[in-house]
Amino acid sequence: MANPLSEFLRSYLSVGIFVGLSFVLFGLLMVISWALRPNRPQAGKYINYESGVDPVGSTWSQSQVRYYIFALLFVIFDVEAVFIFPWATRLEAYGTFGLIEMFAFITILILGLVYAWRKGVLKWA
Amino acid sequence: MNLLAALGAGLQATGGDGPTPIMAQPEITFSAPAQVIFAVTAVVMIYGAFRVVTTKNVVHAALWLMIVLGGVGINYVVLQAEFVAVTQFLVYLGAILVLFLFGIMLTRASMGVSEELDNNLKPVGAVAGLGLLAIIAYALIETFGNDKLTFQAYQGVAGPNSNGRTQAVADTLFSQYLIPFEVLSVLLLVALIGAIVLARKD
Repeated sequence: MANPLSEFLRSYLSVGIFVGLSFVLFGLLMVISWALRPNRPQAGKYINYESGVDPVGSTWSQSQVRYYIFALLFVIFDVEAVFIFPWATRLEAYGTFGLIEMFAFITILILGLVYAWRKGVLKWA
Repeated sequence: MNLLAALGAGLQATGGDGPTPIMAQPEITFSAPAQVIFAVTAVVMIYGAFRVVTTKNVVHAALWLMIVLGGVGINYVVLQAEFVAVTQFLVYLGAILVLFLFGIMLTRASMGVSEELDNNLKPVGAVAGLGLLAIIAYALIETFGNDKLTFQAYQGVAGPNSNGRTQAVADTLFSQYLIPFEVLSVLLLVALIGAIVLARKD
């Protein structure tokens, strides 16, 4: 008897193979580079590299709040994208009605982007 | 690669050919590959969750949390909740975790390995965790103890198992929950503007 869950998971087998292959490829590249490169450890090679300038302070440093704004913008539009996915699967069925609804949804969120733009948040000052 | 081999073997053993009839045989429970996937992700998730609370580096705790959230996403796939799984990977792994990391990096206090952090309250935390586990386990067993998970081939427009559930989500979203859906965009807008107002200096 065909198990629907097995049928379903079988369609995800390619995802599993893809993930597995990416790990194999990563490991393979690391092993090849380890086998090919010469190994001559020197103290200077272990310090942090910063454009040829001697590093100052710790690598753990406080980041600026403007990064957080970009991260938050990303979250908002990520959530927006999540709601576009189910809509896209039924695009033909909804027709003009669906287009108008999604247009309203996106327009309201675009207002936020326009606000951020006008406030100069997107500019790297 | 053990997981993949087991998965492939299990699929070969239990799967059949041909399209599955819609809404047929409702008495299907967890299949062997689903159990293997669940067992492996559960073990990895428990280890990851343990490292989240035991590591001394807060940034590493957030990265271990990524393992746990990814395991939750895989469990959603096993439960055939594809839309929830995609949401889990996109929003939680992709976005919320970035917010976590930036939140940590914005507050200078405990970045990197900090020796000031201690585990003196470990027994209290263990008792609280076990108590919570007992309460949740009791509630779940009491409520769902005799139920069996059943799975069906879900019919989509392009045939069985072709994102039928996501289409069902869309149909609900664009009929019954249309107003909440549109209001949601206003909620997101408020969150965006609020964050900009708070983060700007002037």
